[in-house]
Amino acid sequence: MSSETGKILTTDGIPLEESLKQAEKKNKIKAFLLVAPLLLFLIITYMIPIGDMFSRSIDDKMVTNMLPKTYKAMENWDGKELPPEEVFEAFYLDYKILVKNKTAGKLQTQLNYEKNGFKSVLKKLARKQKKFEEGNYKEQIMKVHKRWRNVEYWRAIKRRAPSYTYSKYLKGVDMYSNEDGKIVQVSEDRRIHRILWIRTVEVAFFVTLFCFLMAYPIAHLLATLPMKYSNLLMICVLLPFWTSLLVRTASWMILLQQQGIVNDFFVWTGLVADDNRPEMMYNKTGTYVAMTQILLPFMVLPLYSVMKTISPSLMRAGKSLGATPAVAFFKVYFPLTIPGIGAGCLLVFILAIGYYITPALVGGASGTLISNQIAYHMKSTLDWSFASAMGLMLLTGVLAIYWIYNKLVGVDNIKLG
Amino acid sequence: MALPKYTEPHYRIWHYFYLLICGCVFFFLIAPLFVIFPLSFNAEEFLVFSDGMKRLDPDAFSLRWYKDMIYGTKNPWGLAARNSFIIAIFATLGSIILGTLAALGLSSRHMPYKGLIMAILISPMIVPLIISGVAIFFFMAKVGLAATHLGIILAHIILGTPFVVITVTATLSGFDHSITRAASSLGSNPYNTFMKITLPLILPGVISGGLFAFVTSFDEVVVVLFLAGLDNTTIPIQMWTGLREQLSPTILAVATCLIILSVLILLTAELLRRRSERLRGINR
Repeated sequence: MSSETGKILTTDGIPLEESLKQAEKKNKIKAFLLVAPLLLFLIITYMIPIGDMFSRSIDDKMVTNMLPKTYKAMENWDGKELPPEEVFEAFYLDYKILVKNKTAGKLQTQLNYEKNGFKSVLKKLARKQKKFEEGNYKEQIMKVHKRWRNVEYWRAIKRRAPSYTYSKYLKGVDMYSNEDGKIVQVSEDRRIHRILWIRTVEVAFFVTLFCFLMAYPIAHLLATLPMKYSNLLMICVLLPFWTSLLVRTASWMILLQQQGIVNDFFVWTGLVADDNRPEMMYNKTGTYVAMTQILLPFMVLPLYSVMKTISPSLMRAGKSLGATPAVAFFKVYFPLTIPGIGAGCLLVFILAIGYYITPALVGGASGTLISNQIAYHMKSTLDWSFASAMGLMLLTGVLAIYWIYNKLVGVDNIKLG
Repeated sequence: MALPKYTEPHYRIWHYFYLLICGCVFFFLIAPLFVIFPLSFNAEEFLVFSDGMKRLDPDAFSLRWYKDMIYGTKNPWGLAARNSFIIAIFATLGSIILGTLAALGLSSRHMPYKGLIMAILISPMIVPLIISGVAIFFFMAKVGLAATHLGIILAHIILGTPFVVITVTATLSGFDHSITRAASSLGSNPYNTFMKITLPLILPGVISGGLFAFVTSFDEVVVVLFLAGLDNTTIPIQMWTGLREQLSPTILAVATCLIILSVLILLTAELLRRRSERLRGINR
């Protein structure tokens, strides 16, 4: 009996510890049930589709599915010499079905990516294969075009055998795997993607820098002014923040056009001649100016919320201990604002690196960024697997930045306004 | 910001220089918005200030672009505005309901895996929009919701909920849970406790989160560009098309209306923020 007295019992005779555990469990389930609808919704409509982008980006089943017999026959072919008769026969049978179903065009395009000049060879085969006789397909196919005697073309087909590929990722950084399976760079005049990546990072970096340089003084002013003035000035920050992105882009298009107000002003001050107005839109200048103004509030708000908490007496204490205002600022004030700087820079950089609308409207050809390329492949070329691959590369970059930031500064609650 | 009398001259100069810089930055922030107002009343169809406008000649101003916006033949703005409002209202409602529930669960101290779940819930805000757009488009195309209102509304709920989750969680951080326990001990059921005690207290957070969600949806163009068909065109899509093809003053008339709308939203958000701070101040 005495051993029982150690445990405290509830009124229904259950040990308190157990009863508490049950209640905790109930609370846990209750809390989870509240989160569950949104969590499930996001997982189904958002997380899984992002994962889906990955499978789409490495998916290469199109050719594999079009030539099932060929690839089965090719399993035993070592790729050194011309394939045996059975491969030719299998290819003839596969191709016949494709021509009949009018889907041969897709195969022609796909194989032409792999080996230039494949399209015409295949087109010729499509015309001639109707007259083929049964048996000895190797001879008959080789007679259609001399390139069928070139083992390179058969190797090109074999290279497409796996149903997944990382070629889209290589393409994203201007590389490809050549006929020998080695990874090489594309010729110099076709390296467009690397330029875009560099430009995207460059624009994001400089926009972040400009935003920081402009936001720091005004955030400081807003945090130190008496309430009645700072509230009024805060509107200057919040109104652009709440205004439609397209409206702000439109206003920059009006300001920066050749007959626009900024150019008028330059002409009026005599900086430029009236007949020699500089082009400020449809290039990088336009992208920089418009993006800086549009993203500036995202830098000001976190800086402001951090500066607001810094007591002015700290600076006074520094000065009273003999520091000049400059020293007091850099030794006392500035280090205290670093969390705000971190949050603002992270926010602006991540927003800038994925920017799409403004560069597309004011960027012209030399101001477009990687997002524009993704949208282009989604909407125009319909190369969705390439768009997915580029999107995931961008996402990896963003997550890496986020991770580094978390290591360096620590992700606090993101504050809004 | 008056300087004390003993300030040395070179600090005085530095101070005025600093104020000048601040002035320039504020000008840079706010001035572009004000270009749109006068030009939307331009009597001509060029997007520059005509000589008449510079002389403030009343004939140089007109309401013709506003008339065009409302009554213009084959004009797309009526349909676009209706779609935009329908989509934004339903997306906001959805975001508020899902986001508030999730925030209530997240702020409970019994919630397991809090960090991971929070990261998932606010991920749509961190992931660049273009990637969200691609992913959501793939999903909607697969389930056959591309080019439907429902598809766009769901997409905007995805983008809008993080704001509601964040603002409501912030409001709940100052929330005194003993009052809900008090309500329960006085015999109130959980539903009544929520409706009569919790909701009124977190309402400012819910509404300001809802405002964010509304603006996100109302202004969203990247995802809609992928999803929208001809029947689902929204104001941002029409503006995007207009800005790409040719800048007509009608767009400026629409832009002016949007600026007025954002002023209203800004005022509401500010009032709510102050009210919320006051309420939370009492709780402490």
